[in-house]
Amino acid sequence: MDMISVLPTYLPELTLAIGSIGVLVGGAFAGRHALSLVSGIGVLVLVSAAVLQGVAPHAVAFQGAFVSDAAASFAKVAIYLASAVAIFLGERWLSRSGDARFEYPVLILLAALGMGVMVSAGDLIALYMGIELQSLALYVLCAFRRDDAKASEAGLKYFVLGALSSGLLLYGASLIYGFAGSTRFVDIALAAQMGAGHAGVIFGLIFLVCGIAFKVSAAPFHMWTPDVYEGAPTPVTAFLAAAPKLAAMVLFARLLTTSFPNSIGDWRQIIAVISVISVTVGALGGLVQSNLKRLLAYSSIANIGYALLGLAAGSQDGIKGMLIFLALYVVDITGFFACLLALSRQGKPMETLSSLAGLTRTRPGLAFAITIFSMSALGIPFLSGFWGKFFVFQAAVTTPSLVWPAVYGLVMSVVGAFYYLRVVKTMWFDESAGETDAPPADARLIAFGAAAFAFPLVNVGLHWLELFAGTAAKAFGLA
Amino acid sequence: MDFTAIAFGVLSTVLLGAALLVITARNPVHAVLFLILSFFSGAGLFVLLGAEFLAMLLIVVYVGAVAVLFLFVVMMLDVDFASLRTGYVQYLPLGLVISAVLLIEMVGVSGVVATRGASAAQTAAPVSDVSNIERIGQVLYTDYAYLFQGAGLVLTVAMIGALVLTLRHRPGVKRQNIAVQTARTVKSGLKIVQVKTGEGISE
Repeated sequence: MDMISVLPTYLPELTLAIGSIGVLVGGAFAGRHALSLVSGIGVLVLVSAAVLQGVAPHAVAFQGAFVSDAAASFAKVAIYLASAVAIFLGERWLSRSGDARFEYPVLILLAALGMGVMVSAGDLIALYMGIELQSLALYVLCAFRRDDAKASEAGLKYFVLGALSSGLLLYGASLIYGFAGSTRFVDIALAAQMGAGHAGVIFGLIFLVCGIAFKVSAAPFHMWTPDVYEGAPTPVTAFLAAAPKLAAMVLFARLLTTSFPNSIGDWRQIIAVISVISVTVGALGGLVQSNLKRLLAYSSIANIGYALLGLAAGSQDGIKGMLIFLALYVVDITGFFACLLALSRQGKPMETLSSLAGLTRTRPGLAFAITIFSMSALGIPFLSGFWGKFFVFQAAVTTPSLVWPAVYGLVMSVVGAFYYLRVVKTMWFDESAGETDAPPADARLIAFGAAAFAFPLVNVGLHWLELFAGTAAKAFGLA
Repeated sequence: MDFTAIAFGVLSTVLLGAALLVITARNPVHAVLFLILSFFSGAGLFVLLGAEFLAMLLIVVYVGAVAVLFLFVVMMLDVDFASLRTGYVQYLPLGLVISAVLLIEMVGVSGVVATRGASAAQTAAPVSDVSNIERIGQVLYTDYAYLFQGAGLVLTVAMIGALVLTLRHRPGVKRQNIAVQTARTVKSGLKIVQVKTGEGISE
């Protein structure tokens, strides 16, 4: 039987599904220590899923609805590990804030499973299932602290706007299905090749692109991002900003390259325009922010703009650049949020720019880590952010129609440099704003680990990363 | 006249009669009950057409969920139906015009479908001894097993979410504990207190 013979290909997802249901039931009976127990098992499940994915054979299962290839493996290993870090950070944070409910790791596990489905989607229905599984879990996580007005607002806003974008996505999907006669990506490509309802399929594609652009928070579909990032609990924001972006971008790349390989010209325009708008909004919007989480939200909008530039190239190099960029971005942003988690003053989290003043005197280690992350996001050579941008721009400038968007992106990254430098300046040169509490060991561990990776370890690992991303990019069958 | 024709006649008469009563019944609870009757009759018509899966869906989804929800709304919310009915005569002409437009549209669509639409171009679905439900079951749990399970997980997340966001363990709430309640004796449940005049008792 087909389903059994390809079992190893979807074993990581099966592990996650069974694991999440198992810990859900276990957590209900575990009593007082449910959170730490479920979190421990959750991290274990995610790490084993990542390992299984690393050795899983590449094949297509379930009539094309599930595609496991090098790109899926690359993204999934990163996603599962990032989710494990999110559980680790969140568990300690929730225990400290006296809100120790074991549903947090369960929801992260289910969101990770949704991302796995997204990354492997070879079918419009699987695409939608993955996105919904991931988004629903994230909506709940955003509103996890239900007594906090801002968290509830974040959850509600994300939910309402997310439902709207799902509507757009489904409308596009049903148009494509209607005109192409299939929901499978490869069959859509075949139908389009034979000229079936070209205008209709492209019309559907535009709606689909808008729906996914919302999920990756690309401008002009970014309005929810600052509010949700600010309102959601910080460990949730750390998770929200990292892995789901990678998952949605890989899904985006797979959708565009496998179901519309012959209309690159059509979708390149859309993606390039979204990319240009995103870097503009990200750079200019960040200038006036005083809250660090909102600042990072604008920073993530700009970063998605750069990742989209790699996708717009529609070439193997472009996808490779996008994957490297996002993998490095996931580490950077997780580290940055870990710094925010580590910092508090008299029990209150330090989330405003002014609260960081003079941090180098009170917490030199964390201040140094934040400096590295800011410099990396800025694109200072030989930090990880520089390498991400390097590969994306390299692919973009070799595509004739993308030279000007790439130049524009570079200009905007100089504009965005202002706010990163302002963070650095506040920490190093301003009057100290007072003593801070002792940072918790877990957040400090992740922050220093990520900082060490951002510089200098990235220069050692880059060769391997490039190798893996290159193999992954070949999976989409582009030139 | 064979049995199918008789069944069709009975079911459609009941359906039309119940539908008429839904909008004329004075009591809203009766209207919802007539709605359920019309759903059942409609389901019967689907069975006659050989679409038993649709018939079951109609009963499970519409009777089981939607109509019960209506009943809840009607019974729980204090809607003043008498005031909703005022101005019936005033809006009658507009209502008649809209009904006429709808009727013309439906007749038009049926005419087109009958002459050159989907039903005219295609022959009837090949008759097989495998029923609809069996067919759907065969692909739902094999070809679409992955998506079916995925949908199940999405619903699980929705359920977890509802509990995470709304369930509160409030202290001081009296809950049922059958064992303790039945084990109560006069001694443990009753306390005789000597009350002094003019002082009352305190906990």
